[in-house]
Amino acid sequence: MVNPMPDNQSHPDMSAGAGQAELPIKVQARDVCVSYSGKQALNHVSIDVPDRSVTAFIGPSGCGKSTFLRCLNRMNDTIEGAKVVGSLKIDGLEVNDKSVDPVVLRANVGMVFQKPNPFPKSIYDNVAYGPRIHGLALSKDELDAIVEDSLKKAGLWDEVADRLNHPGTGLSGGQQQRLVIARAIAVNPEVILMDEPCSALDPIATAKIEELIDELRENYCIIIVTHSMQQAARVSQQTAFFHMGNLVEYGTTEEIFTNPRDPRTQDYITGRFG
Amino acid sequence: MTDTADIPKLRQAISDHLPRRYRAEMRFRVAGLSAVGLAVAILVLLVGSIVMQAIPAFTVNQLVLPVRLESDLVDPQGDGSEASLRRGSYGRVLQEAVREQFPGVRDRRQLRTLFTLYTALNSTRLMDEVLADPGLVGETHTFRMPIADDLDLYLKGRLVQDRTLETAGRLTVAEAGRDFELTSSAADFEGLRDTVSNLLRAEAASLDTRAEQARNRAEGQTGEDREDSLYEAGRLSADADALRAEAELESGWVELSDTLPSILVETGETHLRLTALSADGRSARAESLLGDETGSELADWSLYVIDTPEARRRVSDQLIVWTRALVDRGLVSLDFNTALFANADSREPELAGVKGALFGSILTMLITLTLSVPVGVFTALYLEEYAPKNRFTDLIEVNINNLAAVPSIVFGLLGLAVFINSFGLPRSAPLVGGLVLSLMTLPTVIIATRAALKAVPVSIRQAALAVGASKTQTVFHHVLPLAAPGILTGSIIGLAQAMGETAPLLMIGMVAFIADAPTLGLEGLTQPATVMPVQVFLWSDGAERAFEARTAAAILVLLALMIGFNALAIYLRRRFERRW
Ligand SMILES: Nc1ncnc2c1ncn2[C@@H]1O[C@H](COP(=O)(O)OP(=O)(O)OP(=O)(O)O)[C@@H](O)[C@H]1O
Ligand SMILES: [Mg+2]
Repeated sequence: MVNPMPDNQSHPDMSAGAGQAELPIKVQARDVCVSYSGKQALNHVSIDVPDRSVTAFIGPSGCGKSTFLRCLNRMNDTIEGAKVVGSLKIDGLEVNDKSVDPVVLRANVGMVFQKPNPFPKSIYDNVAYGPRIHGLALSKDELDAIVEDSLKKAGLWDEVADRLNHPGTGLSGGQQQRLVIARAIAVNPEVILMDEPCSALDPIATAKIEELIDELRENYCIIIVTHSMQQAARVSQQTAFFHMGNLVEYGTTEEIFTNPRDPRTQDYITGRFG
Repeated sequence: MTDTADIPKLRQAISDHLPRRYRAEMRFRVAGLSAVGLAVAILVLLVGSIVMQAIPAFTVNQLVLPVRLESDLVDPQGDGSEASLRRGSYGRVLQEAVREQFPGVRDRRQLRTLFTLYTALNSTRLMDEVLADPGLVGETHTFRMPIADDLDLYLKGRLVQDRTLETAGRLTVAEAGRDFELTSSAADFEGLRDTVSNLLRAEAASLDTRAEQARNRAEGQTGEDREDSLYEAGRLSADADALRAEAELESGWVELSDTLPSILVETGETHLRLTALSADGRSARAESLLGDETGSELADWSLYVIDTPEARRRVSDQLIVWTRALVDRGLVSLDFNTALFANADSREPELAGVKGALFGSILTMLITLTLSVPVGVFTALYLEEYAPKNRFTDLIEVNINNLAAVPSIVFGLLGLAVFINSFGLPRSAPLVGGLVLSLMTLPTVIIATRAALKAVPVSIRQAALAVGASKTQTVFHHVLPLAAPGILTGSIIGLAQAMGETAPLLMIGMVAFIADAPTLGLEGLTQPATVMPVQVFLWSDGAERAFEARTAAAILVLLALMIGFNALAIYLRRRFERRW
């Protein structure tokens, strides 16, 4: 592979800059480093992600996008040999603090994976699972309401309202992905992490998900990893470019796509490598 | 990269390759099909032969005798109390009932033979019937008891080769001293005469061969050895000549012995056994085995030949005649062999059943199931989901894998040392058997469960964790249900294996003759018991011929148990899978 970047020390701007100033900072990372069994995967990443907006992570394969995403809900804890150092705050609370229960954290930070992974249970149970284990609904009616609300927010209600007890795995890929999003928002998270949510979907399903992301932006802090420049440009307000475990450039999407400062960003978005 | 010019060439190469590929595919399919065919054929052969062998065990010929339950025999104290009834001489009652059928039998030795028509153990059964219904005392009761095992086999045509011959003439039976002289108006004995002559000739030929061998041996010998061999050869030759002379006899009598087929003449209630045949094939001498009627020009008579000589079978002509007489009188009925399922083991095949072993197996399996499955599944869960991966857990894993390969008898030794000698648990008890088999089954369950857990996709775990499920919730809500079919299959394979084991039970005294079935309940766990495969093993070793069929029948019961087990596994797996 390529040699590590020589300019590890020089950090890019960690805030997305002007125009977003009115939005409060939701996620704040300082010098986050991750290694897997001693092998460094993420180098001193510092970034401020604002609330109620969509932030896109782009970069070539293996550059550490998913790794950083997993830091935010401590899914790295479940990976053998993964070691996270540095400071990561959500709403000013240190995520990696011993006092933070990952269960509580993950209820607050939902995650949608690359491949739709509904539980092999009914559509209803898929959405109801989170509220159930967290005790969010006191009665069956309340639970029904949460399920309906989540499915509506995920734009799936109209398609599945009459077959809530059918298995979730029987839906189409795009429907499954929306079901998984509904499952994530059913526990009322504040942050939603999406790791390439559309990579297994056709353009129509992708368009639906993008539309959905745009709607969800009103209420959530959304971080999306994508390999599609167009998608990043369409759905996000901020874009961060990762390369070889470094955060190379971070700014408003418009800025990154029209006027990238780093040559590597330039090369990547114009398709010269990656 | 390839040049575009090469493309047609490449396509050609692929096409050229195709026939070979198809041939390989064909070969594979044929090989696969023949393997399947072979497996099926072997299975059919195996099960078929077992079923064929087992068939006689499922029916039993029972004597249906009127027995007089005289009060002074059955109720010695005369008060009809249970204690008194228990002291009754039921053996005598049965003997009297049989004697009644054959009043002509007086001789002590003959009587003893007569009482071998059934096993004396039946008196206990008679006692049980009386105890169940004391009103029977003083009455004549119709008692059913299995006929002796060898006679049962005889009646099923499995003990001897026999045939009934056509007769053309009328028979005259005349007394001649203690014997009888038979004359037929046709040459009805001629065929028998030929049969006997042929047998005599064959016997003579085999004597000749032995004489020849002795002579050859003499060639290489000297002194006394040589003398002996030559003497033996001479004696054998003389015997052969005598037999041949008898076979060729033109007139006079050919004597029958117990090394020749038995020939029986039946007229009415009288059964005669031929002792000599006249050389002309028209008359014969006979002795009586039952009855002594004489008469002339009888039309109603039959010739019954048992080709297996009396000296080479387990039942005498006398017993066969009595049995046939009982059959003629309608006192023998072929019934379903309830004893096979209602009784525990017995020394007498006609009373032996699988109930004891079946109950033992059930109790043992219950212990094994309740111990090995939960312990195994939770061990696997902990090792797979919670335990840190370090040297210590690696060591445990290696040990578990090794345990699965330990010869099963070693577990028996362990059971003897630990459960019986140290803990003081009783020998031969299903409890100990179950414990030992649990030890044996544990590794199988653990390995199968771990494999099933490993097969659950990571994405499901991630999904659960990502919505905030704890580790334990993830495991119990999602991983375990998804692994359940695999766990079930593994556990049932382990249990089925345990159910077929005999070796580990050897050490703890479960390979033993146990005449009482354990009770199906908690107290049964410590009563002496044996299990199905042990029963098969014990019966296969039984001296009586009748145990052969019962062995096969026990195997069938074991197989049915296994099939039931597997069917249950498939059913449960289907149910679990349908939910997803
Ligand atoms: N579970 C793991 N164990 C060990 N190494 C890992 C693990 N996950 C990721 N890595 C390594 O960390 C580095 C970053 O991986 P990551 O998955 O974050 O990349 P990514 O940017 O998401 O790539 P992609 O776009 O292909 O998904 C890679 O070099 C990868 O090999
Ligand atoms: Mg990734």
